[in-house]
Amino acid sequence: MDLDFSFQPHRRRWLGRFQKLSLLAIGAWFSPLTAFAKKEDATKAIQDISGGKPVQEGKVSLVIPPLVENGNLVVLKVSVESPMTATNYVKAIHVIAEGNPLPNIFTAYLTPRSGTASITTRVRLADSQTVWAIAQMNDGSFWSGHAETLVTLSACTELV
Amino acid sequence: MSKTSRTSITMPASAKKGAIIEIRAIAQHDMESGFRYTESGKAIARDIIRMFTCTYNDIEVFKMDFYPGMGANPLVIFTTVATETGTLEFKWSGDDGYEAINQAHITVS
Amino acid sequence: MKRFLIPFLISAAGFVMAADNPPKQKLQSSYELMTPENKAMQDDPSLNPAMFWVVDGQAAWNEKTGTQNQSCAGCHGDVKKSMRGVASQFPKIIHSKLQTLEGQINQCRTKAQGANPLAYESKPLLSLTALVAYQSKGMPIAVKETAANKADLQKGRQSFYERMGQLNLSCAQCHEDRAALKLGGSPIPQGHPNAYPIYRLEWQTLGSLQRRLRNCMSGVRAQQYEYGSPEMAQLELFLTWRARGLPLESPGVRP
Repeated sequence: MDLDFSFQPHRRRWLGRFQKLSLLAIGAWFSPLTAFAKKEDATKAIQDISGGKPVQEGKVSLVIPPLVENGNLVVLKVSVESPMTATNYVKAIHVIAEGNPLPNIFTAYLTPRSGTASITTRVRLADSQTVWAIAQMNDGSFWSGHAETLVTLSACTELV
Repeated sequence: MSKTSRTSITMPASAKKGAIIEIRAIAQHDMESGFRYTESGKAIARDIIRMFTCTYNDIEVFKMDFYPGMGANPLVIFTTVATETGTLEFKWSGDDGYEAINQAHITVS
Repeated sequence: MKRFLIPFLISAAGFVMAADNPPKQKLQSSYELMTPENKAMQDDPSLNPAMFWVVDGQAAWNEKTGTQNQSCAGCHGDVKKSMRGVASQFPKIIHSKLQTLEGQINQCRTKAQGANPLAYESKPLLSLTALVAYQSKGMPIAVKETAANKADLQKGRQSFYERMGQLNLSCAQCHEDRAALKLGGSPIPQGHPNAYPIYRLEWQTLGSLQRRLRNCMSGVRAQQYEYGSPEMAQLELFLTWRARGLPLESPGVRP
Protein backbone atom coordinates (compact mmCIF):
# COMPACT_ATOMS: atom_id res chain seq x y z
CA MET A 1 0.00 0.00 0.00
CA ASP A 2 1.63 3.15 -1.17
CA LEU A 3 1.20 6.22 1.04
CA ASP A 4 0.21 9.29 -0.82
CA PHE A 5 3.29 11.45 -0.16
CA SER A 6 1.69 14.50 -1.66
CA PHE A 7 -0.31 14.90 1.55
CA GLN A 8 2.68 14.74 3.92
CA PRO A 9 4.20 18.21 3.30
CA HIS A 10 0.71 19.70 3.58
CA ARG A 11 0.21 18.12 7.00
CA ARG A 12 3.68 19.06 8.09
CA ARG A 13 3.04 22.68 7.19
CA TRP A 14 -0.09 22.79 9.31
CA LEU A 15 1.64 21.00 12.17
CA GLY A 16 4.41 23.58 11.91
CA ARG A 17 1.94 26.45 11.99
CA PHE A 18 0.14 24.95 14.96
CA GLN A 19 3.45 24.53 16.78
CA LYS A 20 4.41 28.15 16.17
CA LEU A 21 0.97 29.30 17.31
CA SER A 22 1.18 27.30 20.55
CA LEU A 23 4.68 28.61 21.24
CA LEU A 24 3.32 32.10 20.79
CA ALA A 25 0.45 31.35 23.16
CA ILE A 26 2.82 29.99 25.79
CA GLY A 27 5.09 32.96 25.24
CA ALA A 28 2.21 35.34 25.89
CA TRP A 29 1.46 33.53 29.15
CA PHE A 30 4.99 34.23 30.35
CA SER A 31 4.99 37.80 29.06
CA PRO A 32 7.01 40.10 31.31
CA LEU A 33 4.17 42.57 31.05
CA THR A 34 1.88 40.45 33.22
CA ALA A 35 4.39 38.78 35.53
CA PHE A 36 6.49 41.79 36.40
CA ALA A 37 4.01 44.67 36.42
CA LYS A 38 5.10 45.48 39.99
CA LYS A 39 8.77 45.17 39.07
CA GLU A 40 8.28 48.09 36.69
CA ASP A 41 6.99 50.22 39.57
CA ALA A 42 10.04 49.23 41.59
CA THR A 43 12.39 50.01 38.70
CA LYS A 44 10.75 53.41 38.27
CA ALA A 45 11.02 54.13 41.99
CA ILE A 46 14.73 53.34 41.87
CA GLN A 47 15.15 55.59 38.84
CA ASP A 48 13.36 58.42 40.64
CA ILE A 49 15.81 58.02 43.51
CA SER A 50 18.94 58.00 41.35
CA GLY A 51 17.66 60.66 38.99
CA GLY A 52 18.66 58.46 36.11
CA LYS A 53 22.27 58.21 37.32
CA PRO A 54 23.92 54.77 37.26
CA VAL A 55 23.39 52.56 40.31
CA GLN A 56 26.28 50.17 40.97
CA GLU A 57 25.81 46.90 42.79
CA GLY A 58 27.99 46.70 45.85
CA LYS A 59 28.74 48.12 49.30
CA VAL A 60 25.14 47.52 50.40
CA SER A 61 24.17 44.47 52.41
CA LEU A 62 20.46 43.74 52.82
CA VAL A 63 19.45 40.92 55.14
CA ILE A 64 15.92 39.50 55.38
CA PRO A 65 14.98 35.95 56.42
CA PRO A 66 14.91 33.67 53.35
CA LEU A 67 11.59 32.17 54.48
CA VAL A 68 8.93 34.32 56.14
CA GLU A 69 5.98 32.72 57.94
CA ASN A 70 3.96 35.91 58.12
CA GLY A 71 4.63 38.96 55.95
CA ASN A 72 3.10 41.38 58.45
CA LEU A 73 6.29 41.95 60.38
CA VAL A 74 9.58 40.97 58.75
CA VAL A 75 12.90 41.95 60.32
CA LEU A 76 15.07 43.76 57.76
CA LYS A 77 18.65 44.90 58.26
CA VAL A 78 20.53 47.08 55.79
CA SER A 79 24.22 48.00 56.19
CA VAL A 80 26.37 50.10 53.88
CA GLU A 81 30.17 49.98 53.91
CA SER A 82 31.31 53.52 54.63
CA PRO A 83 33.78 55.26 56.96
CA MET A 84 31.00 57.78 57.79
CA THR A 85 33.39 60.71 57.98
CA ALA A 86 32.56 64.31 57.08
CA THR A 87 34.00 63.79 53.59
CA ASN A 88 32.82 60.23 52.95
CA TYR A 89 29.45 59.18 54.26
CA VAL A 90 26.08 57.70 53.31
CA LYS A 91 23.46 60.41 52.89
CA ALA A 92 20.40 58.22 52.50
CA ILE A 93 19.29 54.61 52.29
CA HIS A 94 16.13 53.76 50.36
CA VAL A 95 14.44 50.37 50.57
CA ILE A 96 12.24 49.26 47.66
CA ALA A 97 10.08 46.13 47.50
CA GLU A 98 9.41 44.67 44.06
CA GLY A 99 6.38 42.68 45.13
CA ASN A 100 4.51 45.17 47.35
CA PRO A 101 1.52 47.26 46.20
CA LEU A 102 3.72 50.34 46.79
CA PRO A 103 7.44 49.88 46.13
CA ASN A 104 8.88 52.35 48.68
CA ILE A 105 9.13 51.02 52.23
CA PHE A 106 11.34 53.59 53.97
CA THR A 107 14.08 56.13 53.44
CA ALA A 108 16.66 56.75 56.17
CA TYR A 109 18.68 59.98 56.15
CA LEU A 110 22.10 59.77 57.78
CA THR A 111 24.87 62.21 58.67
CA PRO A 112 28.57 61.92 59.53
CA ARG A 113 27.34 61.80 63.15
CA SER A 114 25.60 58.50 62.50
CA GLY A 115 28.69 56.44 63.17
CA THR A 116 27.53 53.54 61.02
CA ALA A 117 25.19 53.25 58.04
CA SER A 118 23.29 50.38 59.55
CA ILE A 119 19.52 50.29 60.04
CA THR A 120 17.34 47.50 61.40
CA THR A 121 13.58 47.73 61.16
CA ARG A 122 10.46 45.63 60.58
CA VAL A 123 8.59 45.80 57.30
CA ARG A 124 5.55 44.41 55.52
CA LEU A 125 6.08 42.03 52.61
CA ALA A 126 3.06 41.24 50.48
CA ASP A 127 4.52 38.35 48.54
CA SER A 128 7.62 36.32 47.84
CA GLN A 129 9.91 38.83 46.13
CA THR A 130 13.20 40.67 45.75
CA VAL A 131 13.80 43.66 48.01
CA TRP A 132 16.31 46.39 47.06
CA ALA A 133 18.34 48.81 49.13
CA ILE A 134 19.76 51.86 47.38
CA ALA A 135 22.47 53.88 49.12
CA GLN A 136 23.06 57.49 48.16
CA MET A 137 26.57 58.70 49.00
CA ASN A 138 27.59 62.27 49.74
CA ASP A 139 29.64 62.33 46.53
CA GLY A 140 26.48 61.78 44.52
CA SER A 141 27.10 58.13 43.68
CA PHE A 142 24.50 55.39 44.10
CA TRP A 143 25.06 51.80 45.24
CA SER A 144 22.62 48.94 45.61
CA GLY A 145 22.16 45.57 47.25
CA HIS A 146 19.26 43.15 47.26
CA ALA A 147 17.82 40.06 48.92
CA GLU A 148 15.19 37.54 47.94
CA THR A 149 12.64 35.93 50.20
CA LEU A 150 9.71 33.51 50.20
CA VAL A 151 6.61 34.78 51.99
CA THR A 152 3.97 32.25 52.96
CA LEU A 153 1.31 34.63 54.27
CA SER A 154 0.69 38.07 52.75
CA ALA A 155 0.83 41.34 54.69
CA CYS A 156 -1.00 44.01 52.77
CA THR A 157 -4.15 42.66 51.21
CA GLU A 158 -5.61 40.22 53.75
CA LEU A 159 -9.24 40.45 54.84
CA VAL A 160 -9.71 41.81 58.37
CA MET B 1 -5.93 55.59 65.44
CA SER B 2 -5.39 58.01 68.35
CA LYS B 3 -3.36 61.17 68.00
CA THR B 4 -0.55 59.97 70.21
CA SER B 5 0.64 56.74 71.69
CA ARG B 6 3.31 55.10 73.81
CA THR B 7 6.86 54.95 72.56
CA SER B 8 9.93 53.31 74.01
CA ILE B 9 13.62 54.15 73.69
CA THR B 10 16.45 51.77 74.53
CA MET B 11 19.95 53.24 74.54
CA PRO B 12 22.89 53.49 76.91
CA ALA B 13 22.73 56.16 79.63
CA SER B 14 26.43 56.89 79.36
CA ALA B 15 29.23 56.50 76.81
CA LYS B 16 32.79 57.52 76.08
CA LYS B 17 33.23 60.50 73.79
CA GLY B 18 33.38 59.36 70.19
CA ALA B 19 31.83 55.95 70.87
CA ILE B 20 29.13 54.73 68.53
CA ILE B 21 25.94 53.95 70.44
CA GLU B 22 22.96 51.87 69.32
CA ILE B 23 19.49 53.32 69.74
CA ARG B 24 16.27 51.29 69.58
CA ALA B 25 13.11 53.30 69.08
CA ILE B 26 9.66 51.69 68.95
CA ALA B 27 6.22 53.28 68.75
CA GLN B 28 2.85 51.69 69.47
CA HIS B 29 0.91 52.27 66.25
CA ASP B 30 -1.25 50.03 64.02
CA MET B 31 0.36 51.44 60.82
CA GLU B 32 -2.80 50.79 58.84
CA SER B 33 -1.45 50.26 55.32
CA GLY B 34 -4.59 51.26 53.46
CA PHE B 35 -4.63 47.97 51.55
CA ARG B 36 -6.90 46.06 53.92
CA TYR B 37 -10.64 45.56 53.61
CA THR B 38 -13.41 44.86 56.11
CA GLU B 39 -15.48 41.70 55.83
CA SER B 40 -18.15 43.68 53.97
CA GLY B 41 -15.59 44.80 51.36
CA LYS B 42 -15.06 48.34 52.57
CA ALA B 43 -11.49 49.68 52.32
CA ILE B 44 -9.82 50.60 55.63
CA ALA B 45 -8.26 54.05 55.32
CA ARG B 46 -4.48 54.45 55.44
CA ASP B 47 -3.27 55.74 58.81
CA ILE B 48 0.46 55.54 59.37
CA ILE B 49 3.40 57.29 60.95
CA ARG B 50 5.10 59.26 58.17
CA MET B 51 8.30 60.53 59.78
CA PHE B 52 10.69 59.81 62.62
CA THR B 53 13.45 62.17 63.70
CA CYS B 54 16.17 62.12 66.30
CA THR B 55 17.84 65.31 67.51
CA TYR B 56 20.89 65.41 69.74
CA ASN B 57 21.02 68.63 71.77
CA ASP B 58 18.68 70.12 69.17
CA ILE B 59 20.74 69.09 66.15
CA GLU B 60 19.04 66.58 63.84
CA VAL B 61 21.25 63.50 63.56
CA PHE B 62 18.81 61.04 62.03
CA LYS B 63 15.59 61.11 60.05
CA MET B 64 13.46 58.40 58.51
CA ASP B 65 10.49 58.56 56.13
CA PHE B 66 7.98 55.76 56.70
CA TYR B 67 5.76 54.44 53.89
CA PRO B 68 2.81 52.00 54.11
CA GLY B 69 5.26 49.11 53.77
CA MET B 70 6.47 49.62 57.35
CA GLY B 71 5.18 47.10 59.88
CA ALA B 72 2.85 47.75 62.83
CA ASN B 73 4.39 49.00 66.07
CA PRO B 74 7.37 50.23 64.06
CA LEU B 75 10.84 49.61 65.38
CA VAL B 76 13.97 51.41 64.20
CA ILE B 77 17.47 50.45 65.33
CA PHE B 78 20.12 52.96 64.31
CA THR B 79 23.42 54.36 65.57
CA THR B 80 24.82 57.72 66.44
CA VAL B 81 28.14 59.01 67.76
CA ALA B 82 28.23 60.02 71.44
CA THR B 83 29.63 63.53 71.00
CA GLU B 84 28.65 65.27 74.24
CA THR B 85 26.47 65.00 77.31
CA GLY B 86 22.93 66.03 76.65
CA THR B 87 19.43 65.10 75.58
CA LEU B 88 18.31 63.11 72.59
CA GLU B 89 14.79 63.88 71.50
CA PHE B 90 12.78 61.47 69.37
CA LYS B 91 9.73 62.55 67.44
CA TRP B 92 7.20 60.55 65.44
CA SER B 93 4.57 62.27 63.30
CA GLY B 94 1.95 60.93 60.95
CA ASP B 95 -1.55 60.83 59.52
CA ASP B 96 -4.54 62.29 61.33
CA GLY B 97 -2.34 64.64 63.36
CA TYR B 98 -0.44 61.86 65.08
CA GLU B 99 2.54 63.01 67.13
CA ALA B 100 4.62 61.33 69.82
CA ILE B 101 7.75 62.59 71.56
CA ASN B 102 10.23 60.80 73.78
CA GLN B 103 13.56 61.78 75.29
CA ALA B 104 16.66 60.16 76.67
CA HIS B 105 19.61 61.64 78.49
CA ILE B 106 23.18 60.62 77.90
CA THR B 107 26.32 61.37 79.89
CA VAL B 108 29.41 61.47 77.72
CA SER B 109 32.81 61.37 79.37
CA MET C 1 9.23 -19.62 63.80
CA LYS C 2 9.43 -19.34 67.60
CA ARG C 3 12.17 -16.71 67.16
CA PHE C 4 9.65 -14.39 65.58
CA LEU C 5 6.67 -15.27 67.74
CA ILE C 6 7.73 -13.63 71.00
CA PRO C 7 8.93 -10.32 69.48
CA PHE C 8 5.75 -10.32 67.41
CA LEU C 9 3.58 -10.83 70.47
CA ILE C 10 5.44 -8.14 72.38
CA SER C 11 5.14 -5.61 69.59
CA ALA C 12 1.48 -6.52 69.08
CA ALA C 13 0.87 -5.99 72.77
CA GLY C 14 2.72 -2.70 72.54
CA PHE C 15 0.55 -1.68 69.64
CA VAL C 16 -2.61 -2.47 71.55
CA MET C 17 -1.34 -0.59 74.59
CA ALA C 18 -0.44 2.42 72.47
CA ALA C 19 -3.90 2.56 70.99
CA ASP C 20 -5.52 2.64 74.44
CA ASN C 21 -3.03 5.04 76.09
CA PRO C 22 -1.50 7.36 73.50
CA PRO C 23 2.15 7.87 74.51
CA LYS C 24 2.64 11.26 76.14
CA GLN C 25 4.60 13.28 73.59
CA LYS C 26 7.44 15.29 74.96
CA LEU C 27 5.89 18.71 75.62
CA GLN C 28 7.10 21.26 73.10
CA SER C 29 6.25 24.93 73.07
CA SER C 30 5.46 26.36 69.62
CA TYR C 31 8.29 28.79 70.38
CA GLU C 32 10.60 26.06 69.06
CA LEU C 33 8.89 26.20 65.65
CA MET C 34 9.49 29.92 65.12
CA THR C 35 12.19 31.57 63.03
CA PRO C 36 15.21 32.99 64.91
CA GLU C 37 13.97 36.54 64.19
CA ASN C 38 10.57 35.91 65.78
CA LYS C 39 12.17 34.16 68.74
CA ALA C 40 14.35 37.23 69.28
CA MET C 41 11.27 39.44 69.02
CA GLN C 42 9.68 37.53 71.89
CA ASP C 43 12.78 37.28 74.06
CA ASP C 44 13.93 40.90 73.95
CA PRO C 45 11.63 43.37 75.75
CA SER C 46 12.99 46.22 73.63
CA LEU C 47 11.81 44.38 70.49
CA ASN C 48 8.58 42.75 71.76
CA PRO C 49 5.53 44.86 70.77
CA ALA C 50 3.52 43.14 73.54
CA MET C 51 5.47 45.10 76.16
CA PHE C 52 3.40 48.19 75.31
CA TRP C 53 0.35 46.39 76.66
CA VAL C 54 2.26 45.44 79.82
CA VAL C 55 3.10 49.12 80.37
CA ASP C 56 -0.56 50.04 79.73
CA GLY C 57 -1.52 47.37 82.25
CA GLN C 58 0.78 48.86 84.87
CA ALA C 59 -0.94 52.23 84.42
CA ALA C 60 -4.38 50.59 84.70
CA TRP C 61 -3.21 48.70 87.82
CA ASN C 62 -2.66 51.98 89.61
CA GLU C 63 -5.81 53.70 88.36
CA LYS C 64 -8.69 54.19 90.80
CA THR C 65 -12.01 53.36 89.21
CA GLY C 66 -15.61 52.27 89.78
CA THR C 67 -18.12 53.16 92.45
CA GLN C 68 -15.63 52.01 95.10
CA ASN C 69 -12.96 54.32 93.64
CA GLN C 70 -10.49 51.50 94.08
CA SER C 71 -7.42 50.54 92.07
CA CYS C 72 -5.92 47.06 91.75
CA ALA C 73 -2.97 48.40 93.73
CA GLY C 74 -5.34 49.42 96.53
CA CYS C 75 -5.92 45.76 97.42
CA HIS C 76 -3.01 43.98 95.79
CA GLY C 77 -0.17 46.43 96.30
CA ASP C 78 2.92 45.96 94.13
CA VAL C 79 1.98 43.80 91.15
CA LYS C 80 5.47 42.27 91.02
CA LYS C 81 5.02 40.84 94.51
CA SER C 82 1.33 40.03 94.71
CA MET C 83 0.88 38.60 91.21
CA ARG C 84 4.08 36.56 91.04
CA GLY C 85 3.17 32.98 90.10
CA VAL C 86 -0.55 33.76 89.90
CA ALA C 87 -1.12 33.43 86.14
CA SER C 88 0.55 29.99 86.11
CA GLN C 89 -2.29 28.66 88.28
CA PHE C 90 -5.17 29.77 86.07
CA PRO C 91 -7.80 28.62 85.16
CA LYS C 92 -8.78 27.71 88.72
CA ILE C 93 -11.81 27.18 90.90
CA ILE C 94 -12.53 30.28 92.99
CA HIS C 95 -15.63 30.29 95.21
CA SER C 96 -16.86 27.13 93.44
CA LYS C 97 -16.63 28.73 89.98
CA LEU C 98 -14.08 27.92 87.29
CA GLN C 99 -12.37 31.23 86.48
CA THR C 100 -9.96 32.13 83.71
CA LEU C 101 -7.52 34.99 84.33
CA GLU C 102 -9.72 37.38 82.33
CA GLY C 103 -12.78 36.15 84.21
CA GLN C 104 -11.11 36.78 87.56
CA ILE C 105 -9.97 40.28 86.54
CA ASN C 106 -13.57 41.12 85.66
CA GLN C 107 -14.75 39.54 88.90
CA CYS C 108 -12.45 41.92 90.80
CA ARG C 109 -13.66 44.86 88.74
CA THR C 110 -17.34 44.24 89.36
CA LYS C 111 -17.16 43.08 92.99
CA ALA C 112 -14.22 44.94 94.52
CA GLN C 113 -14.09 48.07 92.37
CA GLY C 114 -17.78 48.45 91.50
CA ALA C 115 -16.81 48.97 87.86
CA ASN C 116 -18.14 47.53 84.60
CA PRO C 117 -16.58 44.30 83.39
CA LEU C 118 -14.07 44.82 80.58
CA ALA C 119 -14.96 43.45 77.15
CA TYR C 120 -12.93 40.50 75.86
CA GLU C 121 -10.16 41.54 73.46
CA SER C 122 -10.51 45.16 74.59
CA LYS C 123 -7.24 47.02 75.16
CA PRO C 124 -7.87 47.50 78.92
CA LEU C 125 -8.56 43.80 79.56
CA LEU C 126 -5.65 42.66 77.38
CA SER C 127 -3.33 45.11 79.13
CA LEU C 128 -4.24 43.86 82.61
CA THR C 129 -4.03 40.22 81.49
CA ALA C 130 -0.63 40.88 79.92
CA LEU C 131 0.61 42.62 83.08
CA VAL C 132 -0.46 39.78 85.39
CA ALA C 133 0.71 37.01 83.06
CA TYR C 134 4.08 38.75 82.71
CA GLN C 135 4.66 38.35 86.45
CA SER C 136 4.75 34.55 85.93
CA LYS C 137 7.10 34.65 82.94
CA GLY C 138 9.52 31.73 83.06
CA MET C 139 7.56 29.89 85.75
CA PRO C 140 6.14 26.43 84.99
CA ILE C 141 2.41 26.05 84.42
CA ALA C 142 1.10 24.80 87.75
CA VAL C 143 -2.44 23.65 86.97
CA LYS C 144 -3.18 20.24 88.51
CA GLU C 145 -6.22 18.00 88.54
CA THR C 146 -8.07 18.43 91.82
CA ALA C 147 -11.34 17.13 93.26
CA ALA C 148 -12.80 20.60 92.71
CA ASN C 149 -11.88 21.00 89.03
CA LYS C 150 -12.22 17.34 88.00
CA ALA C 151 -15.65 17.68 86.38
CA ASP C 152 -14.69 20.83 84.44
CA LEU C 153 -11.42 19.23 83.38
CA GLN C 154 -13.30 16.23 82.01
CA LYS C 155 -15.63 18.51 80.02
CA GLY C 156 -12.62 20.31 78.59
CA ARG C 157 -10.99 17.00 77.73
CA GLN C 158 -14.14 15.93 75.89
CA SER C 159 -14.12 19.18 73.86
CA PHE C 160 -10.52 18.52 72.87
CA TYR C 161 -11.10 14.97 71.66
CA GLU C 162 -14.54 15.49 70.11
CA ARG C 163 -14.91 16.01 66.36
CA MET C 164 -16.54 19.34 65.51
CA GLY C 165 -17.54 21.55 62.63
CA GLN C 166 -18.21 21.02 58.97
CA LEU C 167 -14.69 19.73 58.58
CA ASN C 168 -15.48 17.24 61.36
CA LEU C 169 -12.09 17.52 63.01
CA SER C 170 -11.14 17.32 66.67
CA CYS C 171 -8.35 19.38 68.25
CA ALA C 172 -6.51 16.11 68.96
CA GLN C 173 -6.46 15.02 65.33
CA CYS C 174 -4.17 17.92 64.42
CA HIS C 175 -2.45 18.89 67.66
CA GLU C 176 -1.80 15.45 69.06
CA ASP C 177 -1.92 12.87 66.25
CA ARG C 178 -0.32 15.15 63.66
CA ALA C 179 1.75 17.55 65.71
CA ALA C 180 5.05 18.41 63.95
CA LEU C 181 3.68 17.32 60.55
CA LYS C 182 3.11 20.13 58.04
CA LEU C 183 -0.16 21.82 57.16
CA GLY C 184 0.06 24.29 54.30
CA GLY C 185 3.84 24.59 54.62
CA SER C 186 3.86 25.31 58.37
CA PRO C 187 4.52 22.72 61.07
CA ILE C 188 1.49 21.91 63.27
CA PRO C 189 2.20 22.93 66.87
CA GLN C 190 1.10 20.86 69.87
CA GLY C 191 -1.21 23.74 70.73
CA HIS C 192 -0.11 24.72 74.24
CA PRO C 193 -1.42 27.93 75.85
CA ASN C 194 1.89 28.76 77.52
CA ALA C 195 2.60 32.12 75.87
CA TYR C 196 -0.73 33.92 76.16
CA PRO C 197 -1.66 36.67 75.73
CA ILE C 198 0.31 36.76 72.48
CA TYR C 199 1.28 39.42 69.99
CA ARG C 200 0.23 37.51 66.91
CA LEU C 201 1.81 38.78 63.69
CA GLU C 202 -1.33 37.75 61.81
CA TRP C 203 -3.51 39.89 64.09
CA GLN C 204 -0.89 42.65 64.28
CA THR C 205 -1.97 43.11 67.86
CA LEU C 206 -2.13 41.40 71.25
CA GLY C 207 -4.84 38.77 71.67
CA SER C 208 -6.08 36.23 74.18
CA LEU C 209 -6.17 32.44 74.17
CA GLN C 210 -9.93 32.57 73.67
CA ARG C 211 -9.49 34.60 70.51
CA ARG C 212 -7.08 31.99 69.19
CA LEU C 213 -9.43 29.14 70.10
CA ARG C 214 -12.28 30.86 68.29
CA ASN C 215 -10.00 31.17 65.23
CA CYS C 216 -9.31 27.41 65.45
CA MET C 217 -13.02 26.66 65.65
CA SER C 218 -13.92 28.84 62.70
CA GLY C 219 -11.05 27.11 60.92
CA VAL C 220 -12.91 23.80 61.11
CA ARG C 221 -16.21 25.59 60.42
CA ALA C 222 -17.57 24.90 63.87
CA GLN C 223 -19.85 27.01 66.03
CA GLN C 224 -17.39 29.08 68.09
CA TYR C 225 -17.62 29.03 71.88
CA GLU C 226 -18.58 32.47 73.20
CA TYR C 227 -16.02 34.64 74.96
CA GLY C 228 -16.17 34.07 78.70
CA SER C 229 -18.42 31.01 78.41
CA PRO C 230 -18.11 27.94 80.69
CA GLU C 231 -17.17 25.77 77.66
CA MET C 232 -14.27 28.13 76.92
CA ALA C 233 -13.08 28.04 80.51
CA GLN C 234 -13.27 24.24 80.56
CA LEU C 235 -11.29 23.93 77.33
CA GLU C 236 -8.74 26.43 78.65
CA LEU C 237 -8.48 24.39 81.83
CA PHE C 238 -7.82 21.17 79.91
CA LEU C 239 -5.28 22.82 77.59
CA THR C 240 -3.42 24.38 80.49
CA TRP C 241 -3.45 21.12 82.48
CA ARG C 242 -2.18 19.33 79.35
CA ALA C 243 0.70 21.82 79.18
CA ARG C 244 1.57 21.60 82.89
CA GLY C 245 5.26 21.97 83.51
CA LEU C 246 5.92 24.09 80.42
CA PRO C 247 7.31 27.49 81.36
CA LEU C 248 5.05 30.47 80.78
CA GLU C 249 6.39 32.76 78.02
CA SER C 250 3.83 35.52 78.41
CA PRO C 251 3.50 37.85 76.71
CA GLY C 252 4.64 35.87 73.68
CA VAL C 253 5.05 36.54 69.96
CA ARG C 254 3.65 34.15 67.39
CA PRO C 255 3.36 34.32 63.57
